[in-house]
Order: sequence, then C-alpha cells, then structure tokens
Amino acid sequence: MGKPTKEKMIEMYRVMAKIRKTEQKLMEVFSNGEILGFLHVSIGQEAAPVGICSHLNEADYIATTHRGHGHAIAKGIDLKMAMAELFGKKAGYCLGRSGSMHLADKSRGIMGANGIVGAGIPIATGAAFAAKYKKTDQVVVATFGEGATGEGAFHEALNFAAIKKLPIVYLCENNGWAEFSPMSIHAPVQSVTQRALGYDIPAVSVENEVLEIYEAAGKAVERARNGEGPTLIEVRSERWYGHYVGDAQKYRDKENVAQAMAKDCLLNFEKDLLQSKVLKKQDIEKINADLDTEIEAAVSFARECPYPEASEMMEGLYL
Amino acid sequence: MKDIRYIFAIKEAMEEEMDRDENVFLIGEDVGLAGGSFGASKGLYEKFGPERIVDTPISELGFTSLAAGAASCGLRPIVEIMFMDFVTCCMDSIVNQIAKMRYMFGNQYTVPIVIRMPEGGGLNAGPQHSQCLEAWFAHVPGLKVVMAANPYDVKGLLKSAIRDDNPIIFIENKTLHAMKGSIPEEEYLIPLGKADVKREGTDVTVVSASRLVNESIKAADALSKEGISVEVVDLRTIQPWDRETVFTSIAKTHRLVVAHEAVKQFGFGAEIAAAVAEEILDELDAPIMRVGAPFVPASYSLEKYYVPGAEDVKKAVLATMERSF
Repeated sequence: MGKPTKEKMIEMYRVMAKIRKTEQKLMEVFSNGEILGFLHVSIGQEAAPVGICSHLNEADYIATTHRGHGHAIAKGIDLKMAMAELFGKKAGYCLGRSGSMHLADKSRGIMGANGIVGAGIPIATGAAFAAKYKKTDQVVVATFGEGATGEGAFHEALNFAAIKKLPIVYLCENNGWAEFSPMSIHAPVQSVTQRALGYDIPAVSVENEVLEIYEAAGKAVERARNGEGPTLIEVRSERWYGHYVGDAQKYRDKENVAQAMAKDCLLNFEKDLLQSKVLKKQDIEKINADLDTEIEAAVSFARECPYPEASEMMEGLYL
Repeated sequence: MKDIRYIFAIKEAMEEEMDRDENVFLIGEDVGLAGGSFGASKGLYEKFGPERIVDTPISELGFTSLAAGAASCGLRPIVEIMFMDFVTCCMDSIVNQIAKMRYMFGNQYTVPIVIRMPEGGGLNAGPQHSQCLEAWFAHVPGLKVVMAANPYDVKGLLKSAIRDDNPIIFIENKTLHAMKGSIPEEEYLIPLGKADVKREGTDVTVVSASRLVNESIKAADALSKEGISVEVVDLRTIQPWDRETVFTSIAKTHRLVVAHEAVKQFGFGAEIAAAVAEEILDELDAPIMRVGAPFVPASYSLEKYYVPGAEDVKKAVLATMERSF
C-alpha cells in the first residue's frame, strides 16, 4: 500500500476542503438560528475520515459519532439531503426527524451518527458480523473519540470482534478532549492503542496528517477484507472548537487552543500538494470556489424545503 | 396434536424459523455448546453450527447492540438474555438505539430483532434474578412487548415475532418453562397485538399476561363454584395492546381486575386501568382492582408471599364484586 495516485490525492484534498467549508458554513447558519439543537463540528480533524474512506467502497459501512459530518461527507453523503436534514426539513435523510446527531445514508453504508458516546461501536461490530455471516467482502469502520474508550460498549465490541475476527477497523480520533475534560481525566494510558492490547488487536497511532492515516488505514482495511480481523487506529488529532458550537472552552488554556489550531491538517496537505506540484495555486482556488458554489446550493435547497407537518409525527412508529 | 413443554415449544419455534430463513440466527450467553441456560436451544448448535447459534462473552450490552447492527444490515437476530434482570445492562442498546433506529433514521433501516428473556420468581433466586420489568419496555415508543402464557402461545407468538420487522421484547416466565401443553403438529402462527379470551365469563373481566393468566384461570375456576363468572383476557402483547378485546369484555362484565406478577405500582395494569377510566368509565359498575407483587425487591426466603397467584386474583375479584358505584 503505497502513496495514493495524483488523482486520488487531489480528490482527498477536495473532500477535506469540502468538510472544512461545509462545517464553517454550518457554524454560520447555526449562529443564525437556522439549525436547531446541538452542532458538533470536526474542524481540524478532516484528515481521519478522508484517510480511511479513501479505501472504502460504497458497499462498505461506517458508523459515526455526534461529531460525524466529516465521516458522512467522506463516505459520499449527498450534501443537499444532508443539509435538509440539518435544517430539519422533510427532504432530509431522516425526514427532518433527527438532525446533525443522527445523519445516516443507508444507500452509501453510512450507518448513522449517534448521540450516545460509544454506542455506535458495537452496532458497527454487528455490521461486520453480518458481512462475515453473509460472506460478503464488506469492511466496516467504527469511528469514535478517546472519551468513548471509557465506555463498556467499546470494550465489549473489541472483545467480540477479536474473538470472531470480524472485518472491522476501529478508528479513534483522539483529539485530547472528551466533552469538557482532558484525556488525563479519562484514561490512565497515554495512547488508546494500549487499550487494544488486552484484546490482542493490532493497533497503530498516527499523526493527524492525511497521508499517514491513508497508509495505516490501507493496511487495516486490507487486513479486514482478507479476513484477518480487526485493527485499531488512533489518530492524534486536534479539536479546534468546543465540544459543541457555542462552547466557550473556559476549561481550556488559550495556548492549548492556539497550539491545536497551528496543527492544520488541511493546510499542511495543501502545502504538500503545492510543493510537490500536484496542484497549482489556481487549481486550489478553483476547487475551493466550486465547493463554495456546491455548499451554497445545498444551503439554498435546505432553506427552501418545507418542514414536516405536525400530523406526520406519528407516522411510521411501527411497520 | 402433541404434548410439549413450554421450553421445547420455544426451541421448535426458533428451529422452524431458522430452517425457513437463513438470515435468522440466535445469539447470547451459553446458547450454543451449553444449549441455553434453561435449555431453549438444546440441539440447535449441533444442527446449525457456531455461525448461527452464537455463543458470546458475558457482555449483554455488546451482543445486543451487535445484533442491532446485524439486523440493520439484513439479518434477523434472536437475542437471548439469560435472566430478565440482566437486560438492565443493555438499556442503551434497547432504549436509545434499537427502539429508535428506524424512526430516527427516517425509515432507512429496519431492525427486525427479537430479544427473549425469562422473568419472574419461582426459583427462590432473590432480588436480582426474579424481576418482571416489562412495563419499562412498554413505555418506550418503537418496541413491541410480547408475553406468552402457555406452550401453544409461546410457539405461535415467537414465530410471529421472528417474522415481524419491528424490534420485539419477548418475555417468557421461568416457572412456565416446564409447563406442558398441547400444540398442533403442523405449523401455526399467532398474531401479535391481539388479545385472547382464555375463559369466558359475565361478571368480572380479569386482564392479564404470562403466568398470571394461568393463575387467573385457576381463580376463575374456584370462583365459578361460588357462582361468580370470570372472563380471563390474556393480552399476549402488552405493547401495542388490544384495546378492542379488552373494552368489549368490560362492556359485557362491567367490572375489571388487572393482574401481573410485576410490582403493582406503575405496572402495565396501571395503563390498562387508566385507559379504561379515560375512555369507558361509564361502563364500569365498580372500582378497578389491581393485582401485583408488593413494592419491594423480590424476596429470597419469602418468595411464596411475594409472588402473586390465584388467591390474590380471587381476592381482587371478590373485592370488586363487593363494591359498586
């Protein structure tokens, strides 16, 4: 598993930029009050979803978290329908019932974001069980943060997946902050990879750089597809903003935030691509301008779509 | 017809559905090699192998959520929880995930899963192995809750539950596992959501489920000698419950007793009583009486005083007969 091709790298850059720009736009419309409830952005963490999803087919599955826009975009979610869901509109993926914390797209194997920390991990493991049961060659990715590794769900899932050699990759984005507390409050270990040792699951820790993640993910996905069982990848990423949009992060030093923001996986990749002449300045401008147009179109679509009727609330509770 | 014990009727239901549909599998603690803690899967491991009769670590949350993920990817899991008390370890899985997945994701995913568990006393197993917690699940939108009172019902209801596309909490009763009953040789199904009038009567309606149905029939037999005619309605499914059958019976008898093994307070009987009061209060000639366990943890040495039975139903029937508006 070598470096990605030039075309692949350009696409990876485009998707990372799409995640960044989409979430920046979401922060704006959330502040306007156009999006309800909670919004958790992953700005600064775009490398992980793109690094792993670059190895997945449409039939492969990913289960994501409350901070899951990036994973959904990297797995190919339709931006208009996703935006409509975030705006609570009937045209959204979940009929406007669920919003940001439950984005799902069955047609692309996006099993759904989850509002309960760690809860998606055993569910994703069940998808891997189903793939093995049906003898497909599908691979499943479970994403979570380091905070979720304190949950029983994480340990129970890893234990079972290791016993059964299930085709799954556990992708931990360790951004150092679990809701409002640093990792030292949550774990006695320095790295989440140490957690995997007890389950005899191979684990690797990588920097928040897309090509590093791409390489580690390539090996893990290949192992899973070959029936060799689960792998855990820890990405040492950074959380730029609060737990949710609007969280002033008073529990965190300004310096700590500044250091996080200085590690910009998107900017670093952009510099790499310019330096290696994969992209020129004007290519980058074009990609970003096209993304702006696409995102604006998605927002306009979402704004114009109708909300569900109150009378529709009771529909479909039971089949 | 043939005679069969309740526990083997469960096994037959699972075996027939696994024969019929290769996506059906059983998962839980000791269901494979050991044949199930109460013997419900005896012989199935030998027949279907470890791929479809899946032994798990002691990890109720993990394997229940795993089954949810597998169900959303096209399989039809039957999950066995060894004792109903242990289901408390997987409340996130059932309440936040399984009950909501289809509705919350805008109907994209269906979660056809049956979670089987035995409840109730009878083994002197004490506070953490004897509880009846069905009301908790009946309170969560998205779940169906089924309770079977005899071997015939358990087989027909379980087969329907396995074929149903909704998530189902399927509750057995430990003291019923050894109960013998008659079932047809040929295949049959019992529809979910329909109550069954187990005994017809004209003076008092007793609405019940699971073991208390049989206790209510015993009470009705005894009371008939005293000239009191009791109608016993077995809900079979407590969520969604069959209002029509219950209301029709009350319109005939004008008196109601609700009876379950769970503690009386906030039990499913309270919902039945409330719905009757809300919708057909004018049909009642006397106050509604409730039968349930006392509001304390299940007792070890005092179990025989704790678990309600025919005598308690009889007292409740007599109490409502003595009263009138």
